[in-house]
Amino acid sequence: MKIVFEHLTKTFPGKGKKASPVTAVNDFNFEIPDGKLIGLLGPSGCGKSTALNLLCGLIKPTSGKIYFGDDDVTEIPPENRGVGFVFQNYALYPHMTVRQNIMFPLQNLKGKDKLTKEVMEEKALEAAKLVQIDGLMDRKPAEMSGGQQQRVAIARALVKMPRVLLMDEPLSNLDARLRLQTREEIRRIQNETKITTIFVTHDQDEAMSISDLIVVMKLGVIQQMGKPQEVYDDPHNLFVATFLGTPPINVFDAKVKNGQIFIGDEAVLDIKGVKDGEYTAAIRPEGFMLNENGRFTCKLDRVEVMGRDISVVSRHSASKNDTIRSIISSNNEVNENTNHVKFDIRPNKIFLFAKSEAEERVYFEEA
Amino acid sequence: MERSNNKAWIYLLPALLFLVAFMVYPLVDVFIYSFEEGYNSASQTYNGIGLYNYKYVLRDPYFLQAVKNTFILVAVTVPISTALALVISVALNSIEKLRNMFQTIYFLPYVTNTLAVGLVFMILFKQTPYTDGFINMILSLFGIAPIDFIGGPYWAKMLVLSIYTIWVVLPFKILILTSALASVNKDYYNAAKVDGTSRWRTFTRITVPMISPTLFYLIITGFIGAFKAYSDAVALFGTDLNAAEMNTIVGYVYDMLYGNSGGYPSFASSAAIILFAIVLTITCINLIISKKNVHY
Repeated sequence: MKIVFEHLTKTFPGKGKKASPVTAVNDFNFEIPDGKLIGLLGPSGCGKSTALNLLCGLIKPTSGKIYFGDDDVTEIPPENRGVGFVFQNYALYPHMTVRQNIMFPLQNLKGKDKLTKEVMEEKALEAAKLVQIDGLMDRKPAEMSGGQQQRVAIARALVKMPRVLLMDEPLSNLDARLRLQTREEIRRIQNETKITTIFVTHDQDEAMSISDLIVVMKLGVIQQMGKPQEVYDDPHNLFVATFLGTPPINVFDAKVKNGQIFIGDEAVLDIKGVKDGEYTAAIRPEGFMLNENGRFTCKLDRVEVMGRDISVVSRHSASKNDTIRSIISSNNEVNENTNHVKFDIRPNKIFLFAKSEAEERVYFEEA
Repeated sequence: MERSNNKAWIYLLPALLFLVAFMVYPLVDVFIYSFEEGYNSASQTYNGIGLYNYKYVLRDPYFLQAVKNTFILVAVTVPISTALALVISVALNSIEKLRNMFQTIYFLPYVTNTLAVGLVFMILFKQTPYTDGFINMILSLFGIAPIDFIGGPYWAKMLVLSIYTIWVVLPFKILILTSALASVNKDYYNAAKVDGTSRWRTFTRITVPMISPTLFYLIITGFIGAFKAYSDAVALFGTDLNAAEMNTIVGYVYDMLYGNSGGYPSFASSAAIILFAIVLTITCINLIISKKNVHY
């Protein structure tokens, strides 16, 4: 099911007498293709959960429209939209067994959709098998681990075969190991069911690793949407560049003069097509190449060996972060006896951004 | 292990001393009095030991009337007040505007003195030479002849007492239930909504089970409270409850201790022990039922 947002806006009245209203979702305009797994990504309070609740119908938009396929669902109540929702805390009914929890949505069906008990049992078992909890049907939620509860919640959301599956921070309540495992599970379940799935997360790792598409949000405004790797490689503004990637991108005050990018006093890269002036430069950790005669000199802080890679931690006066973190292959050797380290910069791993409010990307060509 | 046990007893000692002095000792004492025939509290003497007190009390028409009144009161007021409180709490919980104002209004009877509320009920229900009372005025609009609620037929008096009792116990139940309802995570309701659960089903399958511990607490305390009713009857019908046929078990105990027929502590003790046995039985039954139906 294709989903279309058309000028979707949600404004909440401010709390307190003089508070100004809060716009949680500001003029959303985009289309989600059918059968994909979409990660809605952004820092806390960026309106991603509001966007999900709008999709689900639990809150009504201030203006704009939502379409599922060709149907305008903006005014349709949640139960008629055909959505499945997995809540952040799972919202499993604690007094019901797994079976009862999964069957609950089916028991709500009325009239001609009404199912017999056998069919319900069968469908519940089918959903449970899909998420691999069919052995735990008679347990209560309190008798299960977080990961198992999560699966029950997904099974309950899937049992009615919704047109759209929505998940609010599906992994945030799990420990690190389970999180890795469960995100693979979500990917697998989505592949098997082919249901358009949208999940919300503040963890860019999570979004990047399993999504077909990611949507990066900030303060209710969509910053960029695209395939994870494309967004990572081609961020449209500084926010997107800094939000994606671990370790995070290194940000510097930079200048462009005579076709060269200057960080501090050093010209680190020759470029074309950019006006002279002050810019913000950002370099991905993997954009540094160790070179004794490199053009970019940093103060060496320490070297962290992580097996496959070496992480060089250094400092520079023009850096906006405390330290600069660069990842290089462990084939290289860093001389730790000197207090300087020299790099060359990979041209496709350094981005220039305007020093404007939007901090939009300034594209350059390699010279 | 042994040493830490001793320490625990020391910590518990103050509370235990109070409990023994003011709870266990009187209880045991009352139990003993109930078997001592013709006990005189002034001379601290008695004639003999046996079941005569119980025999007398159980044959006393005033006591039987009191038991009947109490049981009717319990059977009528506990279910109705709990159900009514639940309905009002759910309604309060679902409104947004003015919720606090309504909560305050519903809580007002709780902070009002029982006798003051009794006065209001008198004005509402009592017939005097000058007026038939407010309720009778309304009833007359429907062509119903005036009824003497305070001094009239038994059912009318029982009706007033029941309404009064429900009115008095309602605020506390509403207070407890609204906070129980407010503590139910909103996500459960959202999940139910997304799944297309009807309002009634949401109420019976989610709301009630989620607040079932509170509900059963209210039912048990409601039973106990209703069995111990006394002041409500006094507020409406005055202190001579036997004459008004409106006595309760606690009222009978009081009358036996100090009332007109006064000065029979042995009979009072037996009646108190009988009441204790009834309350204990009902509470145990309640707990057994709740084990099966209360979740968590």
